[in-house]
Amino acid sequence: MAETLLEVKDLKVQFDTPDGVVKAVDGVSFTVERGQTLGVVGESGSGKSVTFMTVMGLIAGNARISGEIIFEGRDLLKLPPAEVRAIRGDGMGMVFQDPMTSLHPMYRVGDQIVEAIRAHRDIDRKEAWDMAVEMLRKVGLPRPEERAKDYPHEYSGGMRQRAMIAMAMVLNPDLLIADEPTTALDVTVQAQILELMEQLKSEYNCGVVLITHDLGVVADVSQKVMVMYAGRAAEYGTRDQVFNTPLHPYTWGLLESIPTVERRVERLVPIEGTPPSLINPPRGCAFHPRCPHRFEPCDGERPELEMRGGDHPDACYLAIEDKRRLWAEREQRRQKEPA
Amino acid sequence: MTRYVIRRLLYVILVILVITFISYVVFFLMPSGNPAVQFAGKSPTKALIHQIEKQFGLNHPWYVQYGIFVKHLFLGDQYGWPGFGESYNTREPVKNELFSRAWVTFQLAVGAAVVWLAMGIPIGIVSALRRRTLIDRASMGFALFGVSAPVFVLGLLSLWIFWQHLRILPGTGYTSFSSNPAEWFLQFLQPWVVLSLLFAAFYARMVRGNLLETMSEDYIRTARAKGLPERRVVFKHGLRASLTPVVTMFGMDFGLLLGGAIITETVFNLPGLGTYVVQAVNDQNLPAVVGVVVLAAFFVAFFNLVVDILYAYLDPRVRYS
Repeated sequence: MAETLLEVKDLKVQFDTPDGVVKAVDGVSFTVERGQTLGVVGESGSGKSVTFMTVMGLIAGNARISGEIIFEGRDLLKLPPAEVRAIRGDGMGMVFQDPMTSLHPMYRVGDQIVEAIRAHRDIDRKEAWDMAVEMLRKVGLPRPEERAKDYPHEYSGGMRQRAMIAMAMVLNPDLLIADEPTTALDVTVQAQILELMEQLKSEYNCGVVLITHDLGVVADVSQKVMVMYAGRAAEYGTRDQVFNTPLHPYTWGLLESIPTVERRVERLVPIEGTPPSLINPPRGCAFHPRCPHRFEPCDGERPELEMRGGDHPDACYLAIEDKRRLWAEREQRRQKEPA
Repeated sequence: MTRYVIRRLLYVILVILVITFISYVVFFLMPSGNPAVQFAGKSPTKALIHQIEKQFGLNHPWYVQYGIFVKHLFLGDQYGWPGFGESYNTREPVKNELFSRAWVTFQLAVGAAVVWLAMGIPIGIVSALRRRTLIDRASMGFALFGVSAPVFVLGLLSLWIFWQHLRILPGTGYTSFSSNPAEWFLQFLQPWVVLSLLFAAFYARMVRGNLLETMSEDYIRTARAKGLPERRVVFKHGLRASLTPVVTMFGMDFGLLLGGAIITETVFNLPGLGTYVVQAVNDQNLPAVVGVVVLAAFFVAFFNLVVDILYAYLDPRVRYS
């Protein structure tokens, strides 16, 4: 069993707004192991970013947070802010979605990395600069000695994301959190960035969290997958479990909405409806208003994420036989579609 | 960059030409008396008026007069370069008066600028960081007061309190620094503060707004994710980006102010460009009016240029070619 780096237990994050309490994250539990990638999938507003912003301690003070975030044996929610800050950027690094806006436009890229180093290590500028250049080389930036002196606007999108990864990884953190790191990039660059993250993961032997709305991305690099919906986990298992025997209708919908070359369909299959309100979520299973398989219990008590006869936990009331049958039918329908 | 600066300097000259031309047109098209008549005294003869007109060059058509003015401005006149001509009132060269008054206005503007920056920026920062707290509301209340209170009310109020009533500050007038530094400072204190209040209020609101906007940028989140102390996040990352627009604003305001702060100078009886131009307009003293206009236009255009050049250093994304 791999070493557990991060264990989150029953995490809840709520924001008070004039319209009511937003339950952005409503009881989520998971672990991240060293040398492994956890893929976190869900639509916008499913709470996946908020969950990991909370792990990083980057959620503003007006949020109400409960649960446990145990990182290397210490509960971050119980640590004083200064100690959380010391972990942030050192023990764990984070890469964000939009590399165009995530770097400060008025400072040189090298200086921004130097700043990250010197926030945690007591070394002189020159030494830190060399470290920054070395890290930029490692993330595949050409001519890093010169490019480190450039400003972010002189970089392409892919290069900026490489620089962001360099910044997050320069202190060799145990955990790298990547929040939609490829969403804003060209498809060709996306693959390069994912590959780079894979390479750094094995080189540094760190744990990786990959937040995305793209199941295709997760399929390539993750060992474990958590599917999130309305601030909760709908399904949580190994990659093979979630992709081969998905148990939750929401996951089915996500899987079917991936266009593939083999499956030339007339129309993509969308999940009908819109994500629910997080202020007044639907009673029972938050997905039931959009679920084609809903039945009596779905709008009653809320289904918890637990083992329900499948090989991994899910949060759907359907009997395991029905789940297997419905997914098989859907699979069949997909295969039959004219090629 | 050099080419850019040269182009902009030519543009400054163009601005001065246009604005003085407009001044001439306005002056001659306005239904007003002949300056020569005013100068001639109570019951002038036609011959006297004619003679004065000739002396002042008023016998030429206005566009010829404008041409002569432009020529003197750029090539100099009998009083040297730049030629501003002589005052219709005093027959003294306008240039001397203009420059001595510009110096008074300059002292007023610099002092006020120091005060408003020293007040406005910190107030803006604090109320942005303590948003929706008592201190934020108090600051923005002050800002509303500063923006809406007219200078002539504040000025008179201040004079009444500190000069008439408490007798701790000297009253109106001007003392030069070289004659009595302490008196100079005390005498300028009221005009500085009164003039700066409006700007301080305005800058506080601007800094607050800019900083709030900047603090929600993605790169601020990145700075926090690096584990930087919050103080450094705010001052190095937040302020850096939010103060650049303030620099632009400051350059324009300061340039504008150097052309004369009419109300403040009038209330505090300061011999600056503002009181000079008011007097000159009343007297139909064309050379003096145009002289102030030229200086004011020059300051505004010049400080715009300074700001633009400064911007290229402040924001690496801006490069002029």
